[in-house]
Amino acid sequence: MRYILFLYAAIAFVVLAAGSIILPDWAMFLFAMALAKGLVCLGIVAMMRGGVVSFGQGLYYCIGAYTATLAANLWGVSDIFALTLFSSVVCLIVGMIFGPMLATYRGIFFAMLTLALSMVLYGTLSKMSVIGGSDGLNIGSPTFLGWAPEGRDLQTALYIYVVAIVVITGTLMRIYFDSEQGLITLATRDNELRVEYLGASVRKVMAYNYTFAAVLGGLGGTIAVVALGHVDPEFAFWTTSGEFVFVAILAGYMSVPAVFVAAIILEVVRSFSNLYFPNTWQLSLGIFLLIVIVTLPNGLGSLLSRRKGGKT
Amino acid sequence: MDLLATIVVDGLIYAGWLFIVSLGLTLVFGVLNILNIAHGSLYAIGAYASASLVGAYFAVGGDAFPYGSYAALILAAVLVAVVLGPLLERGLLRYFYGRDEVLNVLVTYAVFLILEDVMKLIWGVNPYFVYEPYTLLGDVEIGPLFYVGYDFAVIAAAIVVGLAVWLTLNRTQIGKVVLAVIHDAEMSQTMGVNVQRIYLGAFTAGAFLAALGGALTAPMISVTPGLGANVIIVAFAVVIIGGLGSVPGAAIGALMVGISRAASVHLLPEAELFIVYFVMAIVLMFRPEGLFAKTKARKI
Amino acid sequence: MSAGVLEVRDVQKSFGAVTAAKDISVSVPKGAIYSLIGSNGAGKTTFVNMVTGYIKPDSGEINFGSRNIAGLAPRLITRLGIHRSFQIAQLCNELTVEENMLLAGAIHHDERLSFFRHAHSADARERAMATLERFHIAEHRNRLIPELSGGVKKLLDIAMAMAGETQVMLLDEPTSGVAADEKFPIMDLVIEALRAEGVTVIFVEHDMEIVTRYSERVLAFYDGQIIADDTPDEVLLDEKVQRYVTGGPA
Ligand SMILES: Nc1ncnc2c1ncn2[C@@H]1O[C@H](COP(=O)(O)OP(=O)(O)O)[C@@H](O)[C@H]1O
Ligand SMILES: [Mg+2]
Repeated sequence: MRYILFLYAAIAFVVLAAGSIILPDWAMFLFAMALAKGLVCLGIVAMMRGGVVSFGQGLYYCIGAYTATLAANLWGVSDIFALTLFSSVVCLIVGMIFGPMLATYRGIFFAMLTLALSMVLYGTLSKMSVIGGSDGLNIGSPTFLGWAPEGRDLQTALYIYVVAIVVITGTLMRIYFDSEQGLITLATRDNELRVEYLGASVRKVMAYNYTFAAVLGGLGGTIAVVALGHVDPEFAFWTTSGEFVFVAILAGYMSVPAVFVAAIILEVVRSFSNLYFPNTWQLSLGIFLLIVIVTLPNGLGSLLSRRKGGKT
Repeated sequence: MDLLATIVVDGLIYAGWLFIVSLGLTLVFGVLNILNIAHGSLYAIGAYASASLVGAYFAVGGDAFPYGSYAALILAAVLVAVVLGPLLERGLLRYFYGRDEVLNVLVTYAVFLILEDVMKLIWGVNPYFVYEPYTLLGDVEIGPLFYVGYDFAVIAAAIVVGLAVWLTLNRTQIGKVVLAVIHDAEMSQTMGVNVQRIYLGAFTAGAFLAALGGALTAPMISVTPGLGANVIIVAFAVVIIGGLGSVPGAAIGALMVGISRAASVHLLPEAELFIVYFVMAIVLMFRPEGLFAKTKARKI
Repeated sequence: MSAGVLEVRDVQKSFGAVTAAKDISVSVPKGAIYSLIGSNGAGKTTFVNMVTGYIKPDSGEINFGSRNIAGLAPRLITRLGIHRSFQIAQLCNELTVEENMLLAGAIHHDERLSFFRHAHSADARERAMATLERFHIAEHRNRLIPELSGGVKKLLDIAMAMAGETQVMLLDEPTSGVAADEKFPIMDLVIEALRAEGVTVIFVEHDMEIVTRYSERVLAFYDGQIIADDTPDEVLLDEKVQRYVTGGPA
């Protein structure tokens, strides 16, 4: 069964990478940003599988972005592999600290606590003028193992890098979702009592998912800041997290590719509405969100999956 | 000593309007079981509406009797509640009763997003100022410190509103029915209560409190886009601290948030933006469902 | 008298004004099959809940082997080999019957769950199928829980509880919600499976015929107390039991 998954992954990589040849610059940038945000949303999906939704995933998106930026500005690290590794490790550690603490909360309390954490970071960063305050920081162009491309080459390299990270983490997350731990996660969303009475720790399940989501958030933040060249505290603001939740809901918790499709849909809708309805982007997003909730309560993924999901 | 007094007074002023807003939020949650993000939008719309109405009042010669602008403030809140309350509850939320709590948060998030842009379409992006009602009540001298009288009027309004809600819930017939619905909507339905009407009434009352909070703060601030986003998460923190659905909880929560925020402004300005969540996290660590929430063990 | 596998001593529990357990002392020898009877609200489920960790007793000891397990988390008690079923079957409604069984198998098969091993691996499915077949519910393997009859749900609930190495099994009303003609077949199946493994069994039951047929000793609960503790025949003749539990001579 596994090699089919690897085959799909290879196909996904080839198809997405082909985008670097056919897509114009603006579209490649849009896709890179969408995929980066998709990584953050994949983390929310991992938590949704366990029955909780984080409204503060901007926390890790922001930590990842700032870590990479500070590493680049303070220590002159420009290698994208090193930046990615460094910020994911930082997010892993932060996730391992908060994960077990948050693992006993559910529903609205979990949502609000995660939101609170992200807003604490937002507040702190906004007031810390040494690292740019609410204006944020800039980051230079990345290098790739010593290679320092420019212009279209840089765009292409970055895009391929994002695609590779997305395909690798997507595959790993699929393996995780299908594993024994993954099954326990689904069971937890359904009936915690049953899981505890089988002898497994619900708290651990929650802490694991939270921690994985933290790393995914950090990955997304790192790529986003490198692509944008700039980070500011808005990365942690709750409305940023709200959009991540939106993508996760649009995708549903059953399919990994659906997450990235949903993220791309959102970015495409955003850029078109910026073009044609520049002042009503949030209005369009809100209506879109309502339509999704009403017509696709289990997300896009439910269209692809044999399983009929229950409550969200 | 002066510092302490300043912190307490500043804290009370902040807690005053925050309590009014949070009370509406907790009331709506208690009855409809929906944590309403769009409550923040209703607050902001209340602020805009009162800015417009007060502006209009002075434009048509209100200077002759400036105190009338207070009536304009309150009228603005009533208008917002009467128009948007039924529209949102009957037009949208009622289709989501009994669904998952978190999903319902998203529904109201969608409404929030929509209303954000609707506000920009109606009022534009430039700030509104209506200072007249703020200066009208003169200053109050406490020891060596001067305070604007209006600030105390807001505290008084909060106390009046809090008492009114508490008395309505606990001392009137309709209040008893509302409490019954909060306790068990299905049971109340079978006992002949028109639950739909209670939902509509509670949501409209909640909308009124949000708009009133906005209307009362409008003279104290510049009314700009993004107002709702900031208010709603502070109000969330308040009701979570107090325990969702609890009226005294909202009062205690607002006081804790108000005082700690004022303390931070004077003692540790860097912390101003997150002290609220810090307090909330501490409370939840010891009382996972908030201070006044009743926990029910599940029977198996 | 030699100590039993499960020794409950002077256990008390009250919920506000309600006393759900008062001076409960029980000794269950290894391999024995005990039943608990008593009207609704007598404290039977509370007893099961305390032994399995859902409720912490206010005072008293629950000794399993040489260890006092009172107040341990359900998960830890399960790990020690004390398993239970529920009055209302506790299943995962969004999963199929087979997946529910795979879940139980995965947790019991290995202390450390894998992030890589496929939950639906051929091995695991084979094991799950074997258990489902043993309980005669294999035909339902691809159905979701809400579609099942009460009897199948109960059997699956018990089968999941038995997936690990069970030393003591507490069955809370295994035949409630089950069609009348299925009660005996289900009890036959379950008790036989448990006996085959030498499991110590405590089951809660309202049907006195089942109690007499399957248990060797009966504990009668009334108002949070044990009012009789003897063989089925003796207990059913007990005057207090007749007055408070069975409602007259059998
Ligand atoms: N979690 C709980 N909270 C409050 N009261 C409880 C709880 N569990 C049981 N009780 C009370 O304890 C008494 C015994 O209940 P229970 O053990 O469920 O009875 P049985 O299983 O014999 O029908 C009842 O009065 C019940 O209402
Ligand atoms: Mg019972």
